[in-house]
Amino acid sequence: MERSDTPLLDELEKGQWPSFVKDMKEAARKNPMAKDLLKQLELSYKDKIGHWKHGGIVGVKGYGSGVIGRYSDRPDLFPHVQAFHTMRVNHPSGWFYKTETLRKLCDIWDKHGSGLTNMHGSTGDAILLGTTTEHLQPCFNDLSDAGFDLGGSGSALRTPSACVGPARCEWACVDSLDLCYHLTMAYQDQMHRPMFPYKFKIKISACANDCVAAIARSDLSIIGTWKDAIRINADEVRAYAENINIQKEVCDLCPTRCMEWDGNKLKIYDEDCTRCMHCINVMPKALRPGKETGASILVGGKAPIVKGALLSWVVVPFMKLEPPYDELKDLIERIQDWWDEFGKSRERLGELIQRLGMRVFLKAVGLPAVPQMVKAPRTNPYVFFWPEDLKKEEK
Amino acid sequence: MAKTDIGPPDYKTMLPPVIERNYGKWLYHEILKPGVLMHVGESGEALYSVRAGSPRLVSTDHIREICDIAEKYCQGFLRFTSRHNIEFLLDDEDQIEPLVAELKSRGYPVGGTGHSISNIVHTQGWVHCHTPATDASGPVKALMDEIYEHFVESKLPAHVRIALACCLNMCGAVHCSDIAILGIHRTVPKTDNSRVPNVCEIPSTIASCPTGAIRGDMKNKTLTVNDEKCMYCGNCYTVCPAMPIADPENDGISIWVGGKVSNARSKPMFSKLAIPFLPNNPPRWPEVVHAVKNIIEVYASHAKKHERMGEWIERVGWERFFALTGIPFTDQHIDDFDLATETFRTSAQFKWR
Repeated sequence: MERSDTPLLDELEKGQWPSFVKDMKEAARKNPMAKDLLKQLELSYKDKIGHWKHGGIVGVKGYGSGVIGRYSDRPDLFPHVQAFHTMRVNHPSGWFYKTETLRKLCDIWDKHGSGLTNMHGSTGDAILLGTTTEHLQPCFNDLSDAGFDLGGSGSALRTPSACVGPARCEWACVDSLDLCYHLTMAYQDQMHRPMFPYKFKIKISACANDCVAAIARSDLSIIGTWKDAIRINADEVRAYAENINIQKEVCDLCPTRCMEWDGNKLKIYDEDCTRCMHCINVMPKALRPGKETGASILVGGKAPIVKGALLSWVVVPFMKLEPPYDELKDLIERIQDWWDEFGKSRERLGELIQRLGMRVFLKAVGLPAVPQMVKAPRTNPYVFFWPEDLKKEEK
Repeated sequence: MAKTDIGPPDYKTMLPPVIERNYGKWLYHEILKPGVLMHVGESGEALYSVRAGSPRLVSTDHIREICDIAEKYCQGFLRFTSRHNIEFLLDDEDQIEPLVAELKSRGYPVGGTGHSISNIVHTQGWVHCHTPATDASGPVKALMDEIYEHFVESKLPAHVRIALACCLNMCGAVHCSDIAILGIHRTVPKTDNSRVPNVCEIPSTIASCPTGAIRGDMKNKTLTVNDEKCMYCGNCYTVCPAMPIADPENDGISIWVGGKVSNARSKPMFSKLAIPFLPNNPPRWPEVVHAVKNIIEVYASHAKKHERMGEWIERVGWERFFALTGIPFTDQHIDDFDLATETFRTSAQFKWR
């Protein structure tokens, strides 16, 4: 038997979970770039270190983002991955595809790149992994002709993403897909031509289950919610009672204990409900969000680098969100203007708010302070007042 | 000249007819069995979604195979989930079983719904990143092989969301996961003084350090690192290529637990440190796989129904989490970054174990 070039990676072809090594080998059979990638990865497995050089700026005409430069640090051994750049292709909202669209993408990538992809990357784009500098522009031209465009990278608006929303989910309180597409189209310039202090992410979840991790992962997090009462189908509640312990699994786990179940009827004290979704998650046939729907807007979420991870903070408890979304876009633009003016290089929105203070942010973007913004008021006495709050000395 | 700024394909052209007809008018859903969802509209029509696992790093031929399957069973309509699963979208109930059978025969795991472990969100690792402290696809594959049963079945107390990031940049949402696997460095960057003046901007490199460990050496147009203040995040390397930090002998993986992004019941939470360091041991990272499996098993046997990892730990207390899992508690578990004292105990209320 012929000895394998990749004995370590071969181990990862075993086992029940689908193997990325099989996919890499499949691509390697017809593509020399994929073949060298496989061999370079084997070397990393042996050396326990990555073999990619630091960055490199490459791109396509007219854009400052969407392409990530990548060069091998061992081009002597792996000449076909000497340059191995990534293209981020903006996905359709909710990651819905027709196969003819996917097939076009595959054909273009076989023509220009390694034949390897990520479906999808963490921000949401379809990631085309690995092509040469010469192929970037022709590949972009073919993508554009086929109806695709690049996503964001660098200090730009990153590709907005959204949960499955009203396309399939009965809990959708906003049209996350339409809003995502609308904002993506409205902000093409901010996505493709980096002009901000750092990256800016927008994620839209149509209910508080937050399937796209908007609060954890985006500078501007949009979470669908409602203002009126949870809709109850009493017959279906009783039907659930046949199979689950409603007191234990629903009422006792409600964070505000705003529900009563007497074995026949479920009573919800909606004024105490914080719309966490638990009861609706457990009994989707019996309970539905209310009808007066909109979204809570939160800002500042990010991963740890530099000043520590942040979860987004509530700045607008409720906003109705309907096309053409002018109120939201106006707010986004005021936020970005402020951040652009005061943010230092590589300072995320949340870090800037931490540095200059939430009250300064709220005043700058014209949002009123409301109790929904805090878990509790401050405990320290280091309170600032605006000059206009004070009586001026009579002269 | 190619057209620019045309934006992504319009999602409205990608929706199957049953979705077009019931868009925004869904009434309820049921999980028919692991990996099979039924959504019923106010119209009475139903949409069936069959969810299959994916390695995320997929070849064009693999995508074409997915297309073949979607064309055979669901008129070519499919979607991907936020956790990289594939969902085949059907309107004909009779096609579910043949589709599931074909997926299984081709080696696709069907599951990832309800109280299961869905696909692991992860980053590029050694495959395509220039700052990784570990690989991403490899540890994910090794772990998913071992916890496969939890993807294809739904028998845990609640969802367990696992994510892996190969460095502190955290391209995945690992900081709010039930279990987060995070690549870490443990040695200070090796500054190449001869290259700094040419390839680095000194002020932005100084500003990149979360702990203020980097100082400018203006005389020599380079930088110095205060080793005692450096916690090896690698952010300086991100902005200054002359400060490489990867160290094969000392890089590895840390494990974090108890985070969540959903607002259901409890608020979204960060993951907290469980295991400060495990070695990089390719190709199958046995120490990492063993540690994660242990945490899952202890959680599965102690948490109440609907209780996420972090909710269970908050109820029983971290002292019990460490006792039950047998994970040693070290001084690395005690925070020393900004706001560290918020996590210190300020009461006399605690458990002995």
